[in-house]
Amino acid sequence: MSKTSPAAKIYMALVFVFLYAPMAVMTVFSFNGSESTYVFSGFSLQWYERLFSDRATMDALKNTVILAVVSAVVSTVMGTLAAVGINAMKNKYAKTSVMTVTNIPMMNPEIVTGISMMLLFVFAGALLNRKNVLGFGTILIAHVSFQLPYIILSVLPKLRQMDIRVYEAAQDLGCHPVKAFMKVVFPIILPGIAAGAIMAFTLSLDDFIISYFTNGPDFQTLPIHIFSMTKKRVKPDMYALSTLIFAAMFVLLILMNIAQAKSDKRQKSK
Amino acid sequence: MKKTTLLQKIINAPYLLWSALFIIAPMIMVIYYAFTDSAGNPTFDNIMQIGDYASTFMLSISYGAVATVICLIIAYPFAYFLAQSGVSFQRMSVMLVMLPMWMSFLIRTYSWLTILGESGVLNRIFGLVGLGPFHMLNTGAAVILGMVYNYLPYMILPIYTVMAKMDNSLVEAAQDLGSSKLHCLRRVIIPLSVPGIASGITMVFVPSVSTFYITQKLGGGQITLIGDVIEAQFQSAYNYNLGAALSLVLMVMILICLGVLNYFTDSDDDGGVVI
Repeated sequence: MSKTSPAAKIYMALVFVFLYAPMAVMTVFSFNGSESTYVFSGFSLQWYERLFSDRATMDALKNTVILAVVSAVVSTVMGTLAAVGINAMKNKYAKTSVMTVTNIPMMNPEIVTGISMMLLFVFAGALLNRKNVLGFGTILIAHVSFQLPYIILSVLPKLRQMDIRVYEAAQDLGCHPVKAFMKVVFPIILPGIAAGAIMAFTLSLDDFIISYFTNGPDFQTLPIHIFSMTKKRVKPDMYALSTLIFAAMFVLLILMNIAQAKSDKRQKSK
Repeated sequence: MKKTTLLQKIINAPYLLWSALFIIAPMIMVIYYAFTDSAGNPTFDNIMQIGDYASTFMLSISYGAVATVICLIIAYPFAYFLAQSGVSFQRMSVMLVMLPMWMSFLIRTYSWLTILGESGVLNRIFGLVGLGPFHMLNTGAAVILGMVYNYLPYMILPIYTVMAKMDNSLVEAAQDLGSSKLHCLRRVIIPLSVPGIASGITMVFVPSVSTFYITQKLGGGQITLIGDVIEAQFQSAYNYNLGAALSLVLMVMILICLGVLNYFTDSDDDGGVVI
């Protein structure tokens, strides 16, 4: 702390004000007594009540969580296996081409990823003579696809750091390769898997653009629902929703922060 | 290792199949749709039409570039100061920078309407001192502000990561050898932080160029960027073929921009590694 000057502190504070101004505004207006998002006329909790009694919003919230959990589980399992496979690849050329393909969804603008998926689904739907192909299945495929690179890129470094001889030793001592993997490799790469899974989960929760092009009318996620709500004049209930999300994320962050501080201390005392 | 080759093939198969189906095939679809008409006959019409959108492409690239530069100007000192702060302050601040990224970017963008509107919070504050009301919404500046606001964390985080890892003894050595603060910044700190700057630029530029929600809300339909045009082809005009052609061009243009960026940052990076 000693090295930062007062001017630097003021500068950082200003950046935080900029980042958090919209959050402050939406929190205040979520308690608005009237329907306006411009004029504040008295404190009220009515928008929170309306939010919880709004079926469409609650359904969208449920869909979002289901999608995030399912897609994160699928992408974590597949991505971890893929990382193991890529790491073990002997052929340099094959390895780089697989990694290049893996990077495509991360390099592409989300809108291009979204429409390319949509085109594929529409095309496949036309081939199979089915209308309305878009739905839970397509949005799930899209989410798993954009999460996979994050899982792979967070597991791969752990695999590279690992000493392969431990795995070989386990096999020499009579372990079946699969068992050796579960007993030796898996615990070592677990932090990478966990980090990737959390990343995948949060990416899915918040994704709008790719979902927008791959979702169907039967399965709306929260960002899609919010999008259709913000097409009209927004009422403070959307602000109430965001305030709640904000509060939940904030609590989660503080808990993570405390946990990390504790583990840091433990490591220091060792 | 030879024993496990079959096992490895089994391990690799699902992902290879998945990426062929859902990464490569969609890209092929974009190309296929870009070069066919609505009946599926091959045509160059869509690509020929791109010329009509040349000015939109240029506008998008300049908006993206301006937003990226502003992000860099704001983020660089912030990351620099943050990296010099106490450890617990650093950890808390990084989380606070990340927190907005986890919230619906739609509502965060929308709430700028409450701040910038004719009867919004800012104009009310200006009104108190007898100024305004100013017309701030539905302008190019509001769109740029929306981009800077949304993507600033993507600039701060990679630069901060590089700065936090930077070997402080290099800075001290430069100062011991008589380098002034500014000189040290220019010759030591900035060259060493180039990788962070490069990934920050990528992470801000790509979504800014291709955005459509920010322009719709904060530009109020006054400003049309390429993302809006593409979105309209898929969600209202239903001209998938033209939309695919536009996406293809957007993709290629972004790849060229990133290629240029990599070209410059890579050579600089080598200079930094020599130390």
